[in-house]
Amino acid sequence: MKSSPPTLQDLLFRLQQFWSACGCVIGQPYDVEVGAGTMHPETFLRVLGPEPYRVAYIQPSRRPADGRYGENPNRLYKHLQLQVILKPSPADAQELYLASLAMIGVPLRDHDIRFEEDNWESPTLGAWGIGWQVLLDGLEITQFTYFQQCGGLDLDPVSVELTYGLERIAAFLQGVDNVFDIRWSDDVLYRRVRWAEEQQFSAYSFDHADPQRTRQMFDLAELEAKSLLDGYDETSEADRPRYPVLAAYDLCLNCSHLFNLLDSRGVISVTERATLIARIRALACRVAADHVEQNRIRSQVTA
Amino acid sequence: MTPKGHPRRSAAQAELLVELGCEEIPAWMIERAADEWKASLQKYLSEASLLQGSSVETFGGPRRLTAMIPSLRLKQPDVARQVTGPAKAAAYDAAGNPTRAAEGFAASKGVGVKDLFVVKLPKGEFIAARQIVLGRSAASVLAEILPRAFSELAWPKTMRWPAPGNPRFIRPVRWLLAILGGRVVSFEFAGLRSGNVTRGHHTLGKSGIPVHDSKQYRTVLNRNFVLVDPAGRRRKIERELSSLAARKGLRIHADLDLLGRVVYLNEYPTAILGGFDPAFLALPEEILITVMRDHQKYFALEKKTGGLAPHFLAVINSDRDRAGKMRAGHERVLRARFADAQFFWNSDQKCRLADNLPRLDSVTYEVSLGSYGLKVKRLRRLCEALLPHLAVPESSSVSVELKLELLDRAASLAKCDLVTEMVREFPELQGIVGGLYARAQGESKLVADSVYDHYRPTSLDDDLPRNLVGSVVAIADKLDTLVGCFAVGKIPSGSSDPFALRRAAAGIVRIIVERRLTISLNAAIQSAISSLAAVNPKLPLPTGLRDQVRDFLEDRARFYFEERRNFAFDEVKAAMAAGSDDLVDLADRLAALRHVRSTENFPPLAAAFKRIRNILAKSAATELIPDHVDLSKFAAEEERALHRHAEDAARASAQLKKERQYNEALERIAQLRPAVDRFFDKVLVMAEDLAVRANRLALLRGLLREFSTIADFSEIVTDSTAPPKT
Repeated sequence: MKSSPPTLQDLLFRLQQFWSACGCVIGQPYDVEVGAGTMHPETFLRVLGPEPYRVAYIQPSRRPADGRYGENPNRLYKHLQLQVILKPSPADAQELYLASLAMIGVPLRDHDIRFEEDNWESPTLGAWGIGWQVLLDGLEITQFTYFQQCGGLDLDPVSVELTYGLERIAAFLQGVDNVFDIRWSDDVLYRRVRWAEEQQFSAYSFDHADPQRTRQMFDLAELEAKSLLDGYDETSEADRPRYPVLAAYDLCLNCSHLFNLLDSRGVISVTERATLIARIRALACRVAADHVEQNRIRSQVTA
Repeated sequence: MTPKGHPRRSAAQAELLVELGCEEIPAWMIERAADEWKASLQKYLSEASLLQGSSVETFGGPRRLTAMIPSLRLKQPDVARQVTGPAKAAAYDAAGNPTRAAEGFAASKGVGVKDLFVVKLPKGEFIAARQIVLGRSAASVLAEILPRAFSELAWPKTMRWPAPGNPRFIRPVRWLLAILGGRVVSFEFAGLRSGNVTRGHHTLGKSGIPVHDSKQYRTVLNRNFVLVDPAGRRRKIERELSSLAARKGLRIHADLDLLGRVVYLNEYPTAILGGFDPAFLALPEEILITVMRDHQKYFALEKKTGGLAPHFLAVINSDRDRAGKMRAGHERVLRARFADAQFFWNSDQKCRLADNLPRLDSVTYEVSLGSYGLKVKRLRRLCEALLPHLAVPESSSVSVELKLELLDRAASLAKCDLVTEMVREFPELQGIVGGLYARAQGESKLVADSVYDHYRPTSLDDDLPRNLVGSVVAIADKLDTLVGCFAVGKIPSGSSDPFALRRAAAGIVRIIVERRLTISLNAAIQSAISSLAAVNPKLPLPTGLRDQVRDFLEDRARFYFEERRNFAFDEVKAAMAAGSDDLVDLADRLAALRHVRSTENFPPLAAAFKRIRNILAKSAATELIPDHVDLSKFAAEEERALHRHAEDAARASAQLKKERQYNEALERIAQLRPAVDRFFDKVLVMAEDLAVRANRLALLRGLLREFSTIADFSEIVTDSTAPPKT
């Protein structure tokens, strides 16, 4: 019996099932705009500190500059990532990953699979890692990263992060050349689910977003985050664990998205660009440090 | 362990096989790491007296580094050693009997007191013992050497991963194998202990394969889809590429870099043929090849009649394309990539290249130097400023249409492709895309080619800009980069040269010399500094900027003449000592110097000049040398003759030099040799009579000055140990 290739949602089910069987918490997408699954607190905050953790979740990721009004067969304003964090990274991380490919219908012996150097870096998050992009018959389908630093902090233990590009994998499995022709379910195409969104958000990011107001929103979000973080510093140690550092992180994510929006509007000048990135990174690093401290205090209290 | 009846001698030596298994190492680092590891094993094993002339072979692949040493000693030789103890006076009492000190020393060295003896050292007499240091077993020495050699590999960037002892390496180490004469050599590295087990290909091979020697290791890995030897992988790839191309009647677009890369990207490389829609051939070849080579690592194929064919060769990490899915997959990816390129081409054509100029204001060139918009402003000014300083030889092979309008147009457009979608996607095509767009949008061929070429040459072997306009834009662009980066302190140090300033400087030298553009380097640098000051008025300029840039350029010129043009270092030194502001002139003087060097009179003359320089240097502090020779102070016929000959030679050679007849000028100077020889034979420079002495020194100084304007002969190495030309 020859089975038909999996739909996009089959793919999501199977991958989540696979990683669930590997002991992962199956998380949910974060409800704040992010540019990558890494920015989800289940990655950014969980990889900090010593506690082991395994999680997998789908994260729609928005990249305003990559939008093409739904006209380009390969580029999207928003795409789906499946993000896996294994902390600490196990010795068989690569084998687990390859097994997950077999599970979604990629017979390993029939394909050309390669790990090519690609070191991931996010200056806005003060984060970087070492790893590869995984190529399936020449197509980049996954970013495979050993996280070395996050929020400016050295990570110990090191986590491994797997980021699957779901549209690419689905298009590959279904043999379609245009992302909008992917079958999302048995009878509904990707186009029907997502096209209007691509069109309108591309138009917003390239043509409509008001630069001045976007800047103001950035400044406001940053101000709110800063005043929260300053408040944390003034809070007594006993009260720190319940202090809303997580809210400061949401605001930091807002800043990051607004920055991307300004960038796609083409209104960020030479020097401003570096400055804005540094401002977001400063927030991210403070959040990371405070979060680690909160966990430490909490674990001392319970111990 | 040794089988019965085996000759005893062979048991003293055995084969060593070592393998480090690792997650995928970046392809470009592997070969160097394997070489470095080899050198380090050779060093440590020789130092430990284990190697005994045996060869060391290392092999690198994506997931493993392997070393094979056919014959390693199983044990270090015992070594007799003399150890010194206390002073003789302390070791024996007045009666000559050993003291407690002597007994203690003997005991500590495991010898009897009777076996002690006295040695004389510079500090006095001491007692000593002869000790036999027993050689250690190779296994125990290797347990120290192997981890050290691994940990000392210098990777460009290392990482951490969870493992005992928090190791750092290029990627996580997953297994270690070390076998000496069939037995495991136990050692620890990266939180792992070595064993006798290897792993095959990631998806086709088994893991947990036991190994007992290198022959079986190769065979069993081969069966598990790993070719250990990179030379073997290369041969397989080359063979398969040629046979696939031949079958289609096509030619491979030769690419040694790409070949080197795929050798280290695959454990079991196999070439497959794919095709694409011929409609994509409407895109420029440069773009198609870049997509195939840089992004997909495919070899492009050419028709025998010229032009690209709608086919490519991919190297897969597998033994064969079982289900035909690999070919289909690679073709699909390439189709998407080409469709992207087509899309970028079309959308970039919606506006004209020149319309991109204002957008360059928001693209950073360098933080302190500002945007590309500013760079283009400097570039245009600099081109205009260089124009009057340039002299182009009439015989120049390049076109001589050096009009300001053309130059300015090319400079304005040079960077406009940086904001196109095509260059954003394929940054390595900067310049080329601009040139292609300029041509497609109706710019003149001269301007379009200049934009296309202005990053050239990117290496010592790269082509130069094809026309003169492009050459000037290329020089100006590179000179602005040099001056700007030096002004803000971005100066190369050691191997770090992020702005590729060495390449820029070498490019300037090559264009000037090989296009025979006569221009004063000092004037050109000064012009670049003036443009920088005018366009970036707030930028503080360090003092000595011009000299710094000049020294840097001179250094690259030296490198160019020695490495690329094969002049000996002393020739380059001699010719540059006579000036290097005009590089074309320098090149001519160098050529003449090389010519005259082989003539009979020249080496002795050069030796004499060196002697003159030494005499003058020695007497500089004590003697007052008059500016002119006083004919009445000559005391010997030989000095009078030398003076006369020198004046004749000076007159003749000056005329020849003026006509840039450097060969003839140098030959004329070389004729001075007999007069100089006779002078040194018969005349004592440092005469008793101070006035005579001063006059002789003046004569010699005049000689040195007069005849050092083409090359400083005293720099020429003349003895028989002169280094050969490289």
